[in-house]
Amino acid sequence: MSRRLLIGGSIVGALAGAGLLSLAWTPGRVSGFRVADRLKAPLEAGLLGTDQLGRDVLSLLMAGAANSLGIACAAVAAGLVAGAAVGLLAAARGGILDAALMRVMDVVFAVPPILSAMMLAAFLGGGPETATIAIAVFTVPVFARVARAGAMRVLKRDFVLAARGAGKSSARIAAEHVAPNVAGDLLVQATLQLGLAILTEAGLSFLGLGLAPPAPSWGRMLADSQTFFLQAPWLALAPGLAIALAVLGFNLLGDGLRDRFDPRRSP
Amino acid sequence: MAGLIAGRLAGLLLTLFLVSVAVFAAMEVLPGDTASARLGTQATPEALASLRAELGLDRPAPERYLRWIGGVLTGDLGTSFTYGVPVAKLVADRLAVTLPLAGLALALAILVALPLGTLAAARADRAPDAAAALFAQGALALPNFWIGLLLILVFATTLRWMPSGGFPGWEAGIGAGLQALVMPAVALALPQAGVLTRVTRSAVLDMANEDFVRLARAKGLSRRRAILRHALPNALPPILTVLGFQFTFLVAGAVLVENVFNLPGLGSLARQALVQRDVVVIQDVVLIFAALTILVNFAVDLSYLLLDPRLRARR
Repeated sequence: MSRRLLIGGSIVGALAGAGLLSLAWTPGRVSGFRVADRLKAPLEAGLLGTDQLGRDVLSLLMAGAANSLGIACAAVAAGLVAGAAVGLLAAARGGILDAALMRVMDVVFAVPPILSAMMLAAFLGGGPETATIAIAVFTVPVFARVARAGAMRVLKRDFVLAARGAGKSSARIAAEHVAPNVAGDLLVQATLQLGLAILTEAGLSFLGLGLAPPAPSWGRMLADSQTFFLQAPWLALAPGLAIALAVLGFNLLGDGLRDRFDPRRSP
Repeated sequence: MAGLIAGRLAGLLLTLFLVSVAVFAAMEVLPGDTASARLGTQATPEALASLRAELGLDRPAPERYLRWIGGVLTGDLGTSFTYGVPVAKLVADRLAVTLPLAGLALALAILVALPLGTLAAARADRAPDAAAALFAQGALALPNFWIGLLLILVFATTLRWMPSGGFPGWEAGIGAGLQALVMPAVALALPQAGVLTRVTRSAVLDMANEDFVRLARAKGLSRRRAILRHALPNALPPILTVLGFQFTFLVAGAVLVENVFNLPGLGSLARQALVQRDVVVIQDVVLIFAALTILVNFAVDLSYLLLDPRLRARR
């Protein structure tokens, strides 16, 4: 196992573990308001101090991990399914349908993720569903391109021609021959998109378009920290580090998986 | 060649048309319109209806689309109701901040990434390569708005070397304007530099394994000169392509970074317009951002054709 795979996997595993743990137990309070506990420095109260509502920062980070990873995974899974379907369909049918589908994908991709997310967020109102849909929509063209390119490559191979000659249906060929050969590419891309999804989700909640307060969110913790810069600079550090660590974890994992599936194309 | 370019141009126009339809349709399904946003929740149905008639909002959607896009094509972007000024003027003012910001960030990213990526390729699998990889992975993972926050924390609130945000306007002098853009541009550039470093490294490395570079080495050129004179220039087209591709993320990043630094750019305009449901402004801003992205990629596509003689001859 490569070092990147190991480090990336450990980071992602640790964050996912912390997020899952937060659903059952956190070291401190993640809700409510207590004046006496406000803006305590790290180690003065809890490992990482407390925020403007007197909530424990470490606990908030754990709960934030659950929210952030949950939204990112749901969004990327939805984008993966939709994008793979579009890409495989385009590759299998070719011709006008292929051109039309890929043109639509270009259009979706031309609207920057934050902007399409802002439009969607205004339409659907704030909330986890909004962020999930907004991110999922942007990942669809990415997966469509990967799936289409992979399928085009496979469809030209001899074993597909042989299967077709043997009278197998298109659906069977797609399931038995194309899917396994595209799965690796899609898995690598999904891992890398998870990192991007976490960044976008954090950006959305930073702009106030993600999870509604008081649900803990890394992006909004950073937005809130701006008000208390002078009194409590530590509030601006921990959530940013958490985001960076999560993105780094997924990027390393994605690179490691790519090495594994296709050593030639690794950077 | 001319036919090829004409074909690309037709595709470009089609994509731009589809984007405008998509933006219009998205705003159609948004709950609320300019009239309800302007009059607030207390408005009577009669007042709403009369304002809608006055603004032409009671007309069918295709007619309103044509009027909007016709205006955009003739430079009339409509009037913002929150600001009470023509959107065209608003957008021009904001672009005077966003474009220099994006340009500065792009320049910074290239200045860091090209030398670093080339160095990493020249010293592949040695210490400089590892250092460049570390830099790229780190920069890629940092959210640009967090970098912005940290820069403010260190250089504005603690050291007081830099303004913590805001924009004095270009009237205050180019120096003052640039000073306000330095930290936002660094925040925006760092993740981009990470991506570009990796792309440069692999593009240069690909070229370094080509026959013409081996030939240059066989003729007695040092590895360094062979890479700088032969591999790097030939690696530029693929690097340029990724640069165009990254423009989407640069634009998205500008929205966030402008909000961190309170810069009056197109990104913060979009956010304010969204909060105030200033439909005309949102439509125009999203369309402009999308059109910019598409045009940049089109330009990259074209320059790729022009730069690469093999592509030119083959088709």
